[in-house]
Amino acid sequence: MAETAPDTSFTNQDFKIIGTRPPRPDGVDKVTGRAKYGADAFAAGQLTALILRSPHAHAKILSIDTKRAEKLKGVKAVVTCEDLPDLTGGNRGMLDILENCMARGRALYDGHAVAAVAAIDAETAKKALKLIKVKYEVLPHVTDVDEAMKKKAPIIQPHIRTTGVDPKPKKASNVAARSQFGHGDIEAGFAAADVIVEESYKTEQTHQGYIEPHACLASVGPDGQGELWVTTQGHFVFRNTCAALLGMEVAKLKVTSSEIGGGFGGKTHVWMEPVALALSRKANRPVKLTMSREEVFRASGPTSSTSIDIKIGATRDGRICAASAELRYQGGAFPGIWGMLGAMTTWACYDLENCQSVAFDVLVNRPKSAAYRAPSAPMAAFAVESTIDLVAAKLGMDPVDFRILNAAKEGTRASYGPTYGPIGIGPTLEAVKNHPHMKAPLGPNQGRGMACGFWFNFGGQTCTDINVGVDGTVSLTVGTMDVGGSRASLSLIAAEELGIPYERVKCNVADTASLGHNDMTEGSRGTFSSGMATIFAARDVVKVLRNRAAAMWEIDVDDVAWEDGQAVAKGIAHSNLSPLSLADIARKSPTTGGPIAGHNETVADGAGVSFASHICDVEVDPETGATKVIRYTVVQDAGKAIHPDYVEGQFQGAAAQGIGWALNEEYIYGEDGRLQNPGFLDYRIPVCSDLPFIDTEILEIPNPGHPYGVRGVGETSIVPPLAAIGNAVSNAAGVRLNHVPMSPPRILKAINAAK
Amino acid sequence: MSGVHVSTTVNGDAVEFVCPPGETLLDVLRNRLNLIGAKEGCGTGDCGACSVTVDGRLVCSCLVLGAEVEGAKVGTVEGMAEGGELHTLQSKFIEHAALQCGICTPGFLVAAKALLDRNSDPSEEEIRYALAGNLCRCTGYDKIVRAVDAAAKQLATDATKSGKKSKRR
Repeated sequence: MAETAPDTSFTNQDFKIIGTRPPRPDGVDKVTGRAKYGADAFAAGQLTALILRSPHAHAKILSIDTKRAEKLKGVKAVVTCEDLPDLTGGNRGMLDILENCMARGRALYDGHAVAAVAAIDAETAKKALKLIKVKYEVLPHVTDVDEAMKKKAPIIQPHIRTTGVDPKPKKASNVAARSQFGHGDIEAGFAAADVIVEESYKTEQTHQGYIEPHACLASVGPDGQGELWVTTQGHFVFRNTCAALLGMEVAKLKVTSSEIGGGFGGKTHVWMEPVALALSRKANRPVKLTMSREEVFRASGPTSSTSIDIKIGATRDGRICAASAELRYQGGAFPGIWGMLGAMTTWACYDLENCQSVAFDVLVNRPKSAAYRAPSAPMAAFAVESTIDLVAAKLGMDPVDFRILNAAKEGTRASYGPTYGPIGIGPTLEAVKNHPHMKAPLGPNQGRGMACGFWFNFGGQTCTDINVGVDGTVSLTVGTMDVGGSRASLSLIAAEELGIPYERVKCNVADTASLGHNDMTEGSRGTFSSGMATIFAARDVVKVLRNRAAAMWEIDVDDVAWEDGQAVAKGIAHSNLSPLSLADIARKSPTTGGPIAGHNETVADGAGVSFASHICDVEVDPETGATKVIRYTVVQDAGKAIHPDYVEGQFQGAAAQGIGWALNEEYIYGEDGRLQNPGFLDYRIPVCSDLPFIDTEILEIPNPGHPYGVRGVGETSIVPPLAAIGNAVSNAAGVRLNHVPMSPPRILKAINAAK
Repeated sequence: MSGVHVSTTVNGDAVEFVCPPGETLLDVLRNRLNLIGAKEGCGTGDCGACSVTVDGRLVCSCLVLGAEVEGAKVGTVEGMAEGGELHTLQSKFIEHAALQCGICTPGFLVAAKALLDRNSDPSEEEIRYALAGNLCRCTGYDKIVRAVDAAAKQLATDATKSGKKSKRR
């Protein structure tokens, strides 16, 4: 295969419809209520399932008595960890997933599942939950990341020995991993500095806050075959994980991805689906399991809370000569990679001779942390970009000019290792500098801030099919779900390649039985990688079309070109042959060789990194500490915007999530280790009246690793808002907040302390 | 538990159902009447994904009991399009890319229609406050506000045109 793998390099082609804004093909379904999400599937004879969850932050489970629940009329199955035996063969990561779905002798956080029931209806299931008697021995708990690192802290996972330290520790600790990135000579760098700023920061835990709770419909028969309908960002990965955990064969578990009501990384993890399958297997009936909003907050992964130290040294001429960071990220009750990712992103925006970031991944008694849109980058950027403003102020420099002077560029060795190709940080900063927003006047109690952000982006395993119908319409089959208009962008790509109208393409998201493996729709990879596979699948189709045209004309295929959606016979000898459209060729396909199809399977490498710079104006009420965002501008590099509406939508949505994170959102734990605000009333995400219009400017610096130059666009713009708002608040109120969220009480406290 | 027999009107159709007295209107719509357009995002009236109208009043159907709609007129997103023709709000939502994942969209459409039914020319601020009970996590609301504004203007233009036509008649 390797020698026939297509060249994925960027080619500067003239586009006909890429970059236009047609209506999305799933639009009508979604505005009429017809689209079917996780909770919208029903099966004959389905049961309703509910999960019993630990009320304790940390406890030993002494016994679980399910007898009375099982005897209740209408209850068809009760499961505990006994029904989910460890089949992981020593794979601790898989066992962690299983243990998170259902506690195994220990409840590790408030909300940890301990048992589940399936009954004929919700009322009966609720009654059954009350009849399950669990005896706990409550253990000491810890929910703060810094507290969890202390020697006397309760140990959450006794098998954990810190990785990344030498020698390997003999004793268990809550530090799952230490990781380090950077280059140069930090000490020499700081020795050369004219100014040094050192600051410490904290960010609180936030949730992705997708409006659709987790939901699935599971059905397993006594023949070992099963089906799972589920809201997920990766049904192929869910299939593999669920099959492995339940001892099923991968091909015998068909997983269908429903429409997905938001994910933002939170639906890349299996939280409860194995439990639904286990209940279905035990009851021999389809089982529907949906989380309540409270369960979503208590038991599906939020992002880490963090504690970060930053030290930046610069010379009088405005160059950063040394930068170091120590980052402590909690991953909930299971080891994660969140600190490591934070450390990798810490200095990614800058061209630094001497830099270092050291991260600790820490366990606490909170739900397992999950990916949340550019996972781990916003917190590191909050710390770095706040400090950058302080250094600029100390140097008497404009913060934008200071950033431009130090920005990474093509050829810069990134702090996390690779050397950058063409990148967008410099251009986004120049765009900010020249943006009218920067010159707009400000009123009393108002301030302006800006900040930068970076995200890696990802490609991964991808597989796409194109089938041509006899009427010349085209069915595009992809394995990445449509969470924000990707059916539209992928249809545009197929239509562009085939030279046919956009309306002739129908994009379908296939179930696991109908297409090869696709990785999670994560890392902003949907349009990048499925787009790439679509390009090559379409070119595969064109090959077939040319062959069929050659056969119809009885000429050599080398004399057939594909131009503007039709086969054209080349050369004077064939000037008598009129072009054949895709529809002409398709109509004849039954007699010229059968179905016309193309496909592509790839590991889409070459995801281009993406940068954004944001400008934000806030007004801080000095009486209450309440902050209102009054103007907001996003500038981000998209590589190439396939469907600009949905690129803008990603920028705006990411910025809004960052604004919520910066100002309002946080997990509040009581002394008892229980989550106090598991609902949208007390965990307040931005509402329509909280926000202004969010202006966007799309830059297009082509990604050399994609034929169209596409970069992922979904995540980067959640990275800058925390610091952009922090910097704006500092300029508005004269106080710098090192603790996110900058809620009214925190800001008021800072204002009063400064008086 | 004995059920409550309810006769009501949903999107103009006479409907009867029997439900337990504690069952929400949202569960009735979704599980008994196969109207899945209203979504459960929170179950506590905080997200608006289950928005419907009862006798013209915008409500969270998760906070209304099925038994309460006896004799009432219930309106859901499924009743917005007339025949094959989308409501202007629906077509403007598509045109302005005002939805990403789409889970909140039915609730927003019902809430926006309730706004335009009582205020045909809302300001940006009025739109933002009228929709403040509906959570969207994908869009940052930018394109939603623009779509509602565009729909209001389109409806006003359409009304003027049909007004002129009827005058001519």
